[in-house]
Amino acid sequence: MAGLTAVRPAPDTDIGLYRTVRLIRRFEERAVELVRSGDIVGGIHPYTGQEAVAAGVCAALRGDDMITSTHRGHGHVLAKGADPARVLAELTGRATGLNRGRGGSMHAADFGLGILGANAIVGANGAITAGAAWAAMQEGRDQVAVSFFGDGAVNQGVLLEAMNLAALWRLPVLFVCENNGYATTLTVADAVAGTITGRGAAFGMPSVAVDGMDPRTVLGVAREAVDRARAGGGPSLVECLTYRFDAHHTWEHKARVRYRDDEEVHSGRQRDPVVIQGARLTAAERELVDAEVESTVDAAVAFALESPHPDPVGALDHLYATGMRARPGGGG
Amino acid sequence: MPWLSYQKALNRALGDEMARDPAVFVLGEDVRVAVSNVTAGLLKRFGPDRVLDTPLSEQAFTGFATGAALLGRRPVIEFQIPALLYLAFEQIVNQAHKFSLMTGGQARVPVTYLVPGSGSKTGWAGQHSDHPYALFAHAGVKTVVPATPEDAYGLLVTAIRDDDPVVVFAPAAALGVRVDVDFDALAPVPLGVGRVHRHGEDVTVVAVGHLVHDALAVAEELAGEVSVEVFDPRTAYPFDWDGLAASVARTGRLVVVDDSNRMCGLAAEVLATAAERFDLLAPPVRVTRPDGAVVPFALALDHAVQPDRMQLTAAIQKVLKH
Repeated sequence: MAGLTAVRPAPDTDIGLYRTVRLIRRFEERAVELVRSGDIVGGIHPYTGQEAVAAGVCAALRGDDMITSTHRGHGHVLAKGADPARVLAELTGRATGLNRGRGGSMHAADFGLGILGANAIVGANGAITAGAAWAAMQEGRDQVAVSFFGDGAVNQGVLLEAMNLAALWRLPVLFVCENNGYATTLTVADAVAGTITGRGAAFGMPSVAVDGMDPRTVLGVAREAVDRARAGGGPSLVECLTYRFDAHHTWEHKARVRYRDDEEVHSGRQRDPVVIQGARLTAAERELVDAEVESTVDAAVAFALESPHPDPVGALDHLYATGMRARPGGGG
Repeated sequence: MPWLSYQKALNRALGDEMARDPAVFVLGEDVRVAVSNVTAGLLKRFGPDRVLDTPLSEQAFTGFATGAALLGRRPVIEFQIPALLYLAFEQIVNQAHKFSLMTGGQARVPVTYLVPGSGSKTGWAGQHSDHPYALFAHAGVKTVVPATPEDAYGLLVTAIRDDDPVVVFAPAAALGVRVDVDFDALAPVPLGVGRVHRHGEDVTVVAVGHLVHDALAVAEELAGEVSVEVFDPRTAYPFDWDGLAASVARTGRLVVVDDSNRMCGLAAEVLATAAERFDLLAPPVRVTRPDGAVVPFALALDHAVQPDRMQLTAAIQKVLKH
């Protein structure tokens, strides 16, 4: 199987899109197992069901384009090209993790790949994305920056302020709203006055809602928005209608919070991005990709669990970029 | 030698750094016309791409600066009113400050948050008169409160060049201070290095910002009866504990005057550390705003909640009784 990784399909091809959604799906399923076994502390916000959004949007990006992500960010980070082994090492709090075990599930970052960090405060990343896009533009580079956020973020003032700045200054930003129907347990119907695309339209930016379960559809819309941004046409908003297959957070597996009935979850899972995209491949192609993904995820799990834990002596390493040390807290 | 005001020193530091480093830019409200005067002339010298007037969106433009800094820019945000920092607290404390650690050292966020006119401006009431440096020091954000024009220049230059976020509080009551200086002698001042403005033998008075000038005035008034040393840490965080230790080792007595609320203020931290580390001849005394003070409007009421010279004089006399 080792030879398979040598020929990675381009991410914007049907086989490439399938590989990305399949990788995210299997990564998340294994991560949930690692939460249950206690290897991942603090739990995760599983991305299962929403894979088409990350896969489609990131397939429209160049390597030097930038993304910011959310508490439910594993999919975005993987789709942007992060090494699954180092992401999983981060989730398991290892020294070899993307963030050296200092960030965990909600803060994965890989600046070398344009991943400017997942962010645990809903809506906070929009403004950071706008600033990064502005800085790239000032330097004469034609990079595009994507801000991923959920339907819960569309009622955060800071995100709406950021949309205004991006539209006002025609920044190369793509605002991607993953509308999975729930802000934790609160439905969109109970939280959003007006519409999500109406938020973008209010600032004069092209705003469309698309089927967020189909990677190819997402890719098509994202590509149009990314090309427009790169050509100086300013920001866009894409609302991807999707469904979260698993819990808001893995604590729900034990807490048994009831806010979606079984029928709804069952029906929501009927349109599965992995199945939708898989249907565009031959059985032989699927088997090939599935095997490669399985071996990649197996290797990632092994790498994470064999990696060393960080030394507590360095708990506050990197607190200051300048290396300044904080006074210790002990009473000695 | 020419006269330099505190306000002009900030303006000069901004201009010098923007000329030295093309990554430096200024953003904020009404900065192009320079309502606060601190950004005067910068638009003409450096153009609109480096002097950005922002909408009244404090959270967004503070987060925007973080994003620009992640790509190597060095933003200086002017906050017209100190309380605007409360709106942007999440973006500074929870985002900019935490990026370096949370990314395992991948990120640097060299943003300077400049508040030209912090503390009471006499008569601006509850929501324009706070001086919240202790909040940022508590959170671990580098926090600077210069007292003099030359320190305002040197500390702002250092803040801009620093690779971490730094908040620079320019007290409203210090903006008019002027000194006769050689402009060529203006230089960066390192963070965390205090300054003894006046040497003394009997008591160390710790003050930052405009209160340094009150402390110096009181020291002069009391010169016949007591020898007061005035120690200005210049940065609330990191704090120059070794500098203070050296001063207290000479004087044996400690008074802190601090324009923070009493509860968890800068003076509270200085007294706590003194209790742990220093051999004092008398219990230390602090002069602060009251617990949880909201600055009332009427002038006499506004003054009533500011630390003043009479309180400082009484505090000095109290520690000398031992």
